[in-house]
Amino acid sequence: MIGRAGMFLGIVCCLGQLAGEVRAQALVADLSKHLVAVTTGFVGTDLLLFGATNGEGDVVVVVRGPEQRDIVRRKERVAGIWVNRQQFPFTEIPAFYSVASSRPLQEIADSPLLARHQIGLEYLQFNPGEVAPEAVTTAFRDALIRNKQRLGVFHDRLGKVRFVAPRLFRTDVHLPSNVPTGTYTVTVYLIRDGEVRSAQTTPLVVSKIGIGARVFEFAHQHAAIYGVLAILMALFAGWLAGVIFRKP
Amino acid sequence: MQIYLPIAELSLNIFLLLGLGGAVGFLSGLFGVGGGFLMTPLLIFIGVPPAVAVATEANQIVASSVSGALAHWRRGNVDIKMGLVLLAGGIIGSSLGVWLFRILRGAGQIDLVISLSYVVFLGIIGILMLFESLRAMQRRRKPTGRRVKLHQHNWLHGLPFKMRFRKSKLYISALLPLAVGIFVGVLAAIMGVGGGFIMVPAMIYLLGMPTSVVVGTSLFQIIFVTANVTFLQAWQNQTVDVVLALLLLTGGVIGAQFGSRAGARLHGEQLRSLLALLVLAVCGKLAYDLVATPADIYSLGYLVSE
Repeated sequence: MIGRAGMFLGIVCCLGQLAGEVRAQALVADLSKHLVAVTTGFVGTDLLLFGATNGEGDVVVVVRGPEQRDIVRRKERVAGIWVNRQQFPFTEIPAFYSVASSRPLQEIADSPLLARHQIGLEYLQFNPGEVAPEAVTTAFRDALIRNKQRLGVFHDRLGKVRFVAPRLFRTDVHLPSNVPTGTYTVTVYLIRDGEVRSAQTTPLVVSKIGIGARVFEFAHQHAAIYGVLAILMALFAGWLAGVIFRKP
Repeated sequence: MQIYLPIAELSLNIFLLLGLGGAVGFLSGLFGVGGGFLMTPLLIFIGVPPAVAVATEANQIVASSVSGALAHWRRGNVDIKMGLVLLAGGIIGSSLGVWLFRILRGAGQIDLVISLSYVVFLGIIGILMLFESLRAMQRRRKPTGRRVKLHQHNWLHGLPFKMRFRKSKLYISALLPLAVGIFVGVLAAIMGVGGGFIMVPAMIYLLGMPTSVVVGTSLFQIIFVTANVTFLQAWQNQTVDVVLALLLLTGGVIGAQFGSRAGARLHGEQLRSLLALLVLAVCGKLAYDLVATPADIYSLGYLVSE
């Protein structure tokens, strides 16, 4: 999966560069940072994305996180209480998805184009892990998007790409404190007369750094030793508290 | 000031966590209970994933029960033989509990089982404690003749593998404390509690232990049972967040000192009725969440990177 994603990324990058050269840089864009460090004090961050176009047109920015699989569960009332009864798995879910555009998407392009490039939350596609009637798949897919929006890892910021000068644009890419780690792709589209004139993809890396990252790695790579150390820490803390507060 | 919790994978306010530890520590010092049954639901309410809340709370309880157990040890209030039999059951039970936890988590039913266990056990304990303390308060107002409780024999005393527990002045079947240990061990692993609130009544009413050694012996075995839960959860599920545990126990040990000082000024029955109301309040909130229509009937399972 990583291999395929990497290859895909490579192709997109090449296409982007090629398109840029052929059309004499119809679109150039860059991010203020290509590496986001999730440190112990991390509270989320805003990245600045800026660029220029060679003429008229609308700009759409899509940020996609690394792919995941997940299970969506549906509760039903059983004997008065709400219990998870049905579940549906999906794969190829971006861990993070954000779309920003200079105008509402429907005014920029028609549905087939938006669907082809997966621009906009309603055009996001996941790979269903089971065969089911379309109504069921759609209900679970919508629920997945709704839940991700509530978690703050899926959002649309339509109209949030601003032109600061006739051909100069900028937007903020907001990454919340619970941003998933991994390699992201930031794709900028220039759409004119309902067609994609140019596209450029930039990678963005979100990784844990510092003590938090080391704790996480250690907990996963040396799980048994981590467990023993957690116990020793607690025993020591408890003993220390007993000594400090011991009644004379 | 926010701090990023590496295992829970979210940022929370450092003072909120210290305050939470302090407040629950105060109550546990005041009432002489572990506080796990309050802390675990509270952690879940503020957004910590239930699996991380349960495992991390087990880690914190190791710390809070060590200082208590040491104090009782010095006063000679620990029945080690009884503690070891309970512990043998506790290790079996908590290992079983962690295994069950993993299966339920995979089946998407762990949140429901945690909530249901809380509602059932907090409900039973809360109601029993409330009635008992109200009766005691009435008795204190109108003193009647002192009731003398005779040592009662029933079918439990006919069980095999009898063992003598000198400190508790008991000659009972070892199967009894073993079964209690297993049962409380399972609950400790699933509910993220030490299990003192079930262990203590079971020791008094079921095993018939003298109250003087009950708390010390209970704390003694809780250290090892919660240590076992911490280890197994860390090893198999990677759900113990030491940063979270450290913040909670820092607040907790300080709060507990103030709590125990405040507790010395209140009567036992008043304390117990207050604790009963608190237990019933937590139970009520969890029961309401189970029956109330959720904001979204769909929820996400667990995230796995591809």
